[in-house]
Amino acid sequence: MKAAGIILAIALALALQTTLARFLVRGIVGVDLVLVVVVYVALTTGSVTGLLTGAAAGLMQDVVTRVPSSIIGIGGLAKTIVGFLAGIVGTQFIVVQPLPRFVVFFAATILHALVFMGLYVLLDLRHFGTPVAAVSGQALGNAVVGVVAFQVVELLPGAMERRRAQRTRLRR
Amino acid sequence: MALQDIRQRSGYLFLAVVLAQIILISAQVNSRTGVPVLESVIFGIFAEVQRSASAAVSAVRHVWGSYVGLRHAKTENEELKRQLAAAQIQLQGQRALADRSRTLEQLLHLRDSSTLSTIAAEIIGDAAAPDFRTMTIDKGTNDGVRPDMAVIAPAGVVGRIVVPSSRAAKVQLLIDRNAAAGALIARSRAQGVVVGEGDERLRMEYVSEVADVVNGDLVVTSGIDGIFPKGFVIGRVESVEKAGGMYKRIVLRPAVDFRSLEEVLVVLTPTPAREAEGGTE
Repeated sequence: MKAAGIILAIALALALQTTLARFLVRGIVGVDLVLVVVVYVALTTGSVTGLLTGAAAGLMQDVVTRVPSSIIGIGGLAKTIVGFLAGIVGTQFIVVQPLPRFVVFFAATILHALVFMGLYVLLDLRHFGTPVAAVSGQALGNAVVGVVAFQVVELLPGAMERRRAQRTRLRR
Repeated sequence: MALQDIRQRSGYLFLAVVLAQIILISAQVNSRTGVPVLESVIFGIFAEVQRSASAAVSAVRHVWGSYVGLRHAKTENEELKRQLAAAQIQLQGQRALADRSRTLEQLLHLRDSSTLSTIAAEIIGDAAAPDFRTMTIDKGTNDGVRPDMAVIAPAGVVGRIVVPSSRAAKVQLLIDRNAAAGALIARSRAQGVVVGEGDERLRMEYVSEVADVVNGDLVVTSGIDGIFPKGFVIGRVESVEKAGGMYKRIVLRPAVDFRSLEEVLVVLTPTPAREAEGGTE
């Protein structure tokens, strides 16, 4: 059941990413929704689910974005490492406040970019120039989306419960 | 104890998943010789086994040959083999030269292709990762779309087809980091190569330091890449700097607004260079 939910979340993130990419990349600020899902799952479920989610999501993203110069597995490897480490952080530290979550999403994006771009540059397949601004922008975008996602998921059931209780009171 | 066990297992699982993906990557990455790294490594190991076996067999044969006193016949045989190998190499060289002459001959018969045949396509998706600048169109091989066909918009060049399926195709945008197109400055005819930057800008490379280029100059395709037809608008020069070396540093603003694209045209007419390539196959 949990696995189905995670697969659904990855598929939804990929679908949203492919349909909203032009709106998700604005100037230097970009959002990688798939990475956000991986870090979210890793923080909430632990390192094993995190690394498996990272591997599956990364490979799916690699396949979907395949162009002649791209390699299937580089995104998968980057997201596996990020998912594993984010899962360890989630189990070893208390990451329930927005600020620590922001830091985890931000750091995870930086790490992902380091592994992803590093491998492409190492294999001499793609060159990224000086991507500091673009990576920082993406880290900021991912962190904001990630923190908001956590807040929505956590606050939504309570808000719905309160609304239901209010309606019941009004009927009486 | 149990927690430690799970932690250890997660470590092993992590290593296994990472290793599997490294193998997957190795299978796709070419070594310097153009062979996939995985294949190269496996072949390298197997070649060593073959070398050892061959050395052992050769040693036995050598001893046996010397023993029966066939030294002269053996030497003569080796000499003949060497001559045959040299002749084969020479033959291959001549064959390659003949192929090249045929290709050049076909290139000289350039056809006049003043009218372009195009097909309109709707954009149905964008890249699934921010590091790649691609989009998906709703026309595929069923509609005559093939790899390396140029994709244009009324404003100018959009990109090229990279992965066509039967009913859709992936387009690599000109702004992708790995995209490039032969280009020239429309006013001064200075030639260069336009490459993507990954963001909303393009870079024009290999334009001579002495070339006449000023801000606002129109940049069009030169047609030398064999993908984009000659004369299509790429963008305008936004800044020109002296790079200090042999070439200028030129930044372009693309003519096409890639964010607002909804429909594009795929050029079905092959460029003269692509037609020549197809003819040789």
